[in-house]
Amino acid sequence: MVNSAAAKVKVDPRDAKLSMAHFFVAFSALALGGLMGLLQTLVRSGKWELPWGIDYYQILTVHGVLMGLVLTTFFIMGFQYAAVSRTTGGHSNAARRTGWIGFWVMLIGTLMAATMVLLKEASVLYTFYAPLKAHWIFYLGLTFVVVGSWLDGAAQIMTYARWRKNNPGQPSPLLSFMAVINTVMWIVATLGVAATVLFQLLPWSLGLVDTVDVLVSRTLFWYFGHPLVYFWLLPAYMCWYAIIPKIIGGKIFSDSLARLSFILFLLFSIPVGFHHQLTEPGIDPAWKFFQVILTFMVVIPSLMTAFSLFASFERYGRSKGATGLFGWFKVLPWGDARFIVPFIGMASFIPAGAGGLINASNQMDQVVHNTIWVTGHFHLTLATSVVLTFFGISYWLVPHLTGRKLTKAMNKLGIIQAWVWFIGMTFMSGAMHFQGLLGGPRRSAFSTYGGAKQAAEWIPYQVAQAVGGSILFLGIILVLIIFINLAFFAPKGEQEFPVAEAENPEEKAPMVFENWKLWLGITAALILFAYTIPFIDIIQNAPPGSKGFQTWSKW
Amino acid sequence: MAKAELKTKQKTEVEDSSSLKGTLASVFLLGAFLIVTWAGVYYLFVDRF
Amino acid sequence: MHMHKFEKIWLTFGISCLVIFLAVIGVSAFYLGNKPPSCLTTVNPEKVDQTKPFDKPGLHKVEGKDWDYELVYVASAFSYNPAKVEVPLGAKVKVIATTKDVIHGFEMAGTNINMMLEPGYVSEYTTTFDKAGEYLIVCNEYCGAGHHLMSSMIEVVK
Repeated sequence: MVNSAAAKVKVDPRDAKLSMAHFFVAFSALALGGLMGLLQTLVRSGKWELPWGIDYYQILTVHGVLMGLVLTTFFIMGFQYAAVSRTTGGHSNAARRTGWIGFWVMLIGTLMAATMVLLKEASVLYTFYAPLKAHWIFYLGLTFVVVGSWLDGAAQIMTYARWRKNNPGQPSPLLSFMAVINTVMWIVATLGVAATVLFQLLPWSLGLVDTVDVLVSRTLFWYFGHPLVYFWLLPAYMCWYAIIPKIIGGKIFSDSLARLSFILFLLFSIPVGFHHQLTEPGIDPAWKFFQVILTFMVVIPSLMTAFSLFASFERYGRSKGATGLFGWFKVLPWGDARFIVPFIGMASFIPAGAGGLINASNQMDQVVHNTIWVTGHFHLTLATSVVLTFFGISYWLVPHLTGRKLTKAMNKLGIIQAWVWFIGMTFMSGAMHFQGLLGGPRRSAFSTYGGAKQAAEWIPYQVAQAVGGSILFLGIILVLIIFINLAFFAPKGEQEFPVAEAENPEEKAPMVFENWKLWLGITAALILFAYTIPFIDIIQNAPPGSKGFQTWSKW
Repeated sequence: MAKAELKTKQKTEVEDSSSLKGTLASVFLLGAFLIVTWAGVYYLFVDRF
Repeated sequence: MHMHKFEKIWLTFGISCLVIFLAVIGVSAFYLGNKPPSCLTTVNPEKVDQTKPFDKPGLHKVEGKDWDYELVYVASAFSYNPAKVEVPLGAKVKVIATTKDVIHGFEMAGTNINMMLEPGYVSEYTTTFDKAGEYLIVCNEYCGAGHHLMSSMIEVVK
C-alpha cells in the first residue's frame, strides 16, 4: 500500500453507518438462512419432518436466496464500501447518497422476493430455472437487488475515480483497486442475469408472452453464475492479500502480483459459464471444451495467490527467527481471531479448489454433475473459505465501525466459532462429497427411492450431514452472539482497520493495471469470443419455446 | 532506467537473506493434492460405464 | 514487476499440470469419443408422445448401427417412462431421453450416464453396460414437489 500515508486510518463515521446498515441485513440473512439450512439437513436425515405444511423446497429456496444472494451481496458491498473509504480518505456526499439509494433498492428487492417465497409463489430455488415460473414480483424483486448493487458499486467507483483524479500518475490504494475490480466484474456479469430476467422471465411471468426459450435463459444465467462465485471469493482474497499480512505483523509479498491476479480474475471469470452446462443437450461440445480451457486459465491467479500467501507467512516467520522448512508456520499468531478465522478459510480453499478443477473437467463432470458432491463443493468455497473470512473481517470491522473494541473474550469466542465451523463442515461437506461420488442427488428431500439398494447406501451420509449441519448451526449462533456484542455491547474504543504495506514499497505497481479501457476491452473481447458463435447457434437452432409450469406445492 | 536497476539489485539481496524454501515445499504439497484428487475422479470416470 | 524464482518454478509446474489435465480430457473427449452429452437435436416439447422415437419408450434392439440397443425415456413431473428395464450385460446402448414439461435430470447412479433433460431438446449418451447389477435412475435437477420421488430402475443382467 504505497499511498497509505495519504489515507485516513479510520473509516469516516458517515461511511461507517452505511456499511453497518449492510451488515445488519447480511447477518439477519445469516440467522434465518442458517436455520433453514439446519432444517434441510434434519429433513434429509429421514428422522424428522417439517411441521405446519412447510415445504422442503420452499426452505431450500429461502436458504439459497438468503445465503447465496442476500448475505453475500450485502456483506460484500458493505465491506468494499468501507475498504474504499478507509484507503481513499472517505466517500463524497454524492457517492454516499448513491450508496444509500443502492442499499434501499437492494433491501426493497429482497423483501419483494422474500414475500413471494413465503407465499409459496416462488419455490424455484435461487437459480430459478425456467420453465418453472415464479410470480412476477419475485423476478422484479431480484431485478431490484441487482440494480441496487449497481448503485452500491457505483459509489465505490465514484470515490475511486475521484482519488485517481486527485493523485495523477499514482497507482490507487491496493484495497480500493481490488474493490473496484470486483465491482466492475460484478456489473459486467450481472448484465447476463438482467437480460434474462428483463427480456425473458418478467414478460413471460406477467403473461405478455406465452413461452420462454429455456436454453437461452440458462446460458444467460450461467454467464452470470460463474463470475458470481468469484464475486464472493474476491473480497476474501482482498483480506488474504492486503489485510492478513498486517494482522500477523508482516508485509504484502508483492503489491503488483496481487493486482495482476485480480486483473486475471476480471478477464477469465466471465467467459466460462458453459462449464456449468457441460451435460446439457443443446450446446456444441467444441464450445464446451473451449470454455473449459478458459476455466482452467482462471486457476492461474489462484495458484499465484497460494504462493503469495505462503510467502508472506514464511517471510514473517523467518523475520521472527523461525528456521527449518516449516518453522515459520509455528510462529503465526494462532491466538488472534482476526488471523485464524480467515486462515481456516484459506486452508479450506485447498480441497475446495481441487473439487472445482474436477467439476470443470469436461466429461468428468458426468461423475459429479448435480450430485450432492456439488453442494459439498460450494459449502467449502462459499460456506467455508468465503464466509469464515467474512466472519474474520467482521470481528475487527464491526467494532471499528461502531467505535468499539474486540475484547479478549470475544476474540476467544471467535476462535472457538471458527473451529466449530470447521468441524461441522468437515462432517457435512465431507459426507456430501462422498455421497455425491456414489450418485446421491443434490436439492432433494428425503427419499428411499422405492427401496432401491443404492439409495439405502446414501442414508448414513445424510445422517452425517445432519450432524454436521447441527454443529454448523451452533457456529452460526456463536457468530450472531459475537456480531451483536461487537455492534452494541463491546466496550468503547479504537479498533484498528488493518491495511498491510508491500514488502518492497519502492516497487511501484505498473500504471497499466489502472488502464480500464484496456482491461474492459480484453474482457469484452474474451466474452464475445467465447459466447457469440454458440449463442447465435443456440438461438438459430432453438426448439419451440416452453410455457410456464408451477409444479411445487402451494399453500 | 539506471534507478530501476538499482532497485532490482536491492531486492535480490533481500531475497538471499530470506529463504522461501518452505513456501515452495508448501505449494508443491498443494499441487500434489490437486493431482491426486483429480486423478482419483478421473479413474472413477474411466472405471464406470 | 518482479517475480521470485520459486514462484516462477511453481507457476511453470502448476500451468503444466493444467495443460496435462486438459490434454488428457481433450484426447479422451475428441479422439476416444467420451464427449459429454450434446445431441443438438430438438423436439417439440408438447408433441413428445407423437414424435419418434419417444412414441415408444423402452428398450429396442436395433440393426446396422454402432450400438445394439436404443433405450428411450420420456420424463415428466414426476416420473420416467419406462419405470423399469432389463438390459443384457455387455450390450452397447444408446440412451435417448427428453422431457415433456420442466427441466429434469437423468442420472444413472454409479455410472457416467448423467445428463440434463431440457424441454425441446433430445439428450443422448452411448455406452456399453459392462457391469451387472441394479442401477437407480434419479432426477438430479429440481423439478417440483415430487422431485425426490422421481426415479426409474435399470437391471443389467447376464
